[in-house]
Amino acid sequence: MAFLEVSNVTKGYEGHLAIKDLNFSIPKGSIYGLLGPNGAGKTTLIRIINQITAADTGEVMFDGEKLNPSHIARIGYLPEERGLYKKMKVLEQIVYFGRLKNLSKKEAQKRALHWLEKFDLLDWKYKKIEELSKGMAQKVQFILTVLHEPELIILDEPFSGFDPVNTELIKDEIQHLRDNGATIIFSTHRMESVEEICDYVGMINLSQKVLEGSISDVRNSFKENEYEVFYRGDLNGLSFEAKEIAREERLELNRAVFVIDPERAKSLIKELNDKVDIASFSEQLPSIKDIFIKKVEEGNNG
Amino acid sequence: MGKIGLITWREYITRVRKKSFLIMTILGPVLIAVFYGIIIFLAVNDSIGKDTEKVLVYDQSTAIEGKLYNDDRMAFEYTTNWEDRNTDSLNAGGYSGRLLIPANFNIYTPEGVVYESENSLSIESKERINRRIENAIEDEKMSQLGVSETAMDSLKTSVSLHALTLDEDGEAKSSSTELNTVIGMGASFVIYFFIFLYGVQVMKGVIEEKTNRIVEVIVSSVKPFQLMMGKVFGLALVGLTQIVIWLVFSGILMGVISFIFIGSDMGNIMDMANSAQAIPAEQMAEVGVSSMMVNVVSGMMAINWPFIILSFIMYFLGGYLMYSALFAAVGAAVDSETDTQQFMLPITLPLVFSIALSTSVVLRDPNGALSFWLSIIPLTSPIVMMVRAPFLNLATQWWEVALSTGLLITTFCFTIWLAGKIYRTGILMYGKKATYKELFKWLFYKG
Repeated sequence: MAFLEVSNVTKGYEGHLAIKDLNFSIPKGSIYGLLGPNGAGKTTLIRIINQITAADTGEVMFDGEKLNPSHIARIGYLPEERGLYKKMKVLEQIVYFGRLKNLSKKEAQKRALHWLEKFDLLDWKYKKIEELSKGMAQKVQFILTVLHEPELIILDEPFSGFDPVNTELIKDEIQHLRDNGATIIFSTHRMESVEEICDYVGMINLSQKVLEGSISDVRNSFKENEYEVFYRGDLNGLSFEAKEIAREERLELNRAVFVIDPERAKSLIKELNDKVDIASFSEQLPSIKDIFIKKVEEGNNG
Repeated sequence: MGKIGLITWREYITRVRKKSFLIMTILGPVLIAVFYGIIIFLAVNDSIGKDTEKVLVYDQSTAIEGKLYNDDRMAFEYTTNWEDRNTDSLNAGGYSGRLLIPANFNIYTPEGVVYESENSLSIESKERINRRIENAIEDEKMSQLGVSETAMDSLKTSVSLHALTLDEDGEAKSSSTELNTVIGMGASFVIYFFIFLYGVQVMKGVIEEKTNRIVEVIVSSVKPFQLMMGKVFGLALVGLTQIVIWLVFSGILMGVISFIFIGSDMGNIMDMANSAQAIPAEQMAEVGVSSMMVNVVSGMMAINWPFIILSFIMYFLGGYLMYSALFAAVGAAVDSETDTQQFMLPITLPLVFSIALSTSVVLRDPNGALSFWLSIIPLTSPIVMMVRAPFLNLATQWWEVALSTGLLITTFCFTIWLAGKIYRTGILMYGKKATYKELFKWLFYKG
């Protein structure tokens, strides 16, 4: 069931359309990667969902209801451009934002301390934001996004500014939140992270949707029947013609790529097995990054 | 607590807790007192830092030779050696210039007087020289008319006017024009400074939130209008806190001063102040109080304090709300403080205009037509009406106050609505230079 359903949404600013006739369906309890190059209209869509601006036409359904201001307290939003009150203390700031999202003071305080402990920031709770490192401030920002246990969490480039250790920490938290039932929209142009944690992707280019579906569906629909094999030995006399053959000195293996019908994959393996020692055989699915670049270039050329 | 309340609380608490607030609250009045003290001191003792101006006079006619008045500001010295016309000789004698009275000059046709100097003559010195020559001629004429010196002295008269105001029952009360002026001016200056200081604070706060991108997080929790109003109210509370602290301190200070310096005489002064009669100076001397003190105390008692305080709060809040909403809109329309200039001007202009007119036109004629209209028009009324307030007779002029506050409330509702529209669009606009045309368009965007 779709938790968030965007149908035929259009929004224009003085003469140009920021988004045109968008349709998205974001399943409940999933991590949904919202992809698109800069200026494609991602931020506009997010602002419409956040009710910062209103759509010109079309409608958004939130958990089966037409989007209305009462939903704001059920959404958590981490904008790409991070912002905190520099002169305010960490705990005080988290509690303030929690209260803006209708939490009681006591409850906000309790949850804030819990999160600060989780993120190893307990010693910093009475420090001002300006005294924190960038990574720590980012963690604080993440805490105040999720403090009120929103059902829909919108994360715009959540990993920017984090070192690898903290990126893992945040990634785990995002998955943890998903497992607890939250629906997460994850806007980014860092494709590796999309493949790693997203269940679904949707892609916007030039104000329009160009692609939507689960990660595996999308990758399968773009596959070019490429098979990659690492082996020891010589391929001479093989009935299949390799697209490319190369020596991987690093691995002390040879590498070959074949483009064949999937039905013939079995016979290829059989033949290979007779001739050489196979170290690995795998179907080459295009990465989300490749698909993204392809789609964007298609759009720009068309 | 509603969302506006929560935002108000944050704006208030973060500002009041700052060290700079404490320092300004304590140091502010001291600085202002010192500042005005220096100005008044310099105005009263305008000879400070100035040497006596020496003027060399060659009176060919001998009509006023030796008769020009000398004091420590300007002194005249007389010579008959006119040929030495170079500046060196003037400088050598320390003269700022020299005055030539021609041979055909006489007190009935006082013409042809020439002043020569190295530097141009200042307007003050010019008037001083003119006045002293005129005085010398007048004295000369008087003595030619046969008026003796004692007769001339007795012509000089001094009257002190004892002003009374009547209430409905025909009872007269002493009123002190000077005190009314001080109170009116003081109150309107406070309003003027607070609108400026705190309005700019509102604007800075908006710009800070905008450049920090905090605004994006907040407006996904509250409406932009709530954010703006919270900010405006929070700063109003900061301002009121500051004023209350000052009032309490000055109340304590006044109490201490009157206890130390006046002590038991206070009773006597109160008695005299209460009687509507002008009290002969001898009687005051008997009990050892000065007429000025009695004047001040009786003036204080004649003032309708509840009305003054109420209208101060009314015009302070009304004026502040009206202007700070506009300041908030300016903050939302720009990306950085350096871009605020073009939008600030139309806001600051009526403020500066009203304080400038308050010190001149309105004080000269508090119940005149111009004063009346300025205190009705909402953009100027918070400042101008406060100057007029101590001079108003509520029994007959209550409708002026009612009209003026009514219009003020209407206008601040309007400016808040207007600012809210601009604010809503402006806070999320980055990197785009706003023009007036654009601001106008923002008014009609749908939310």
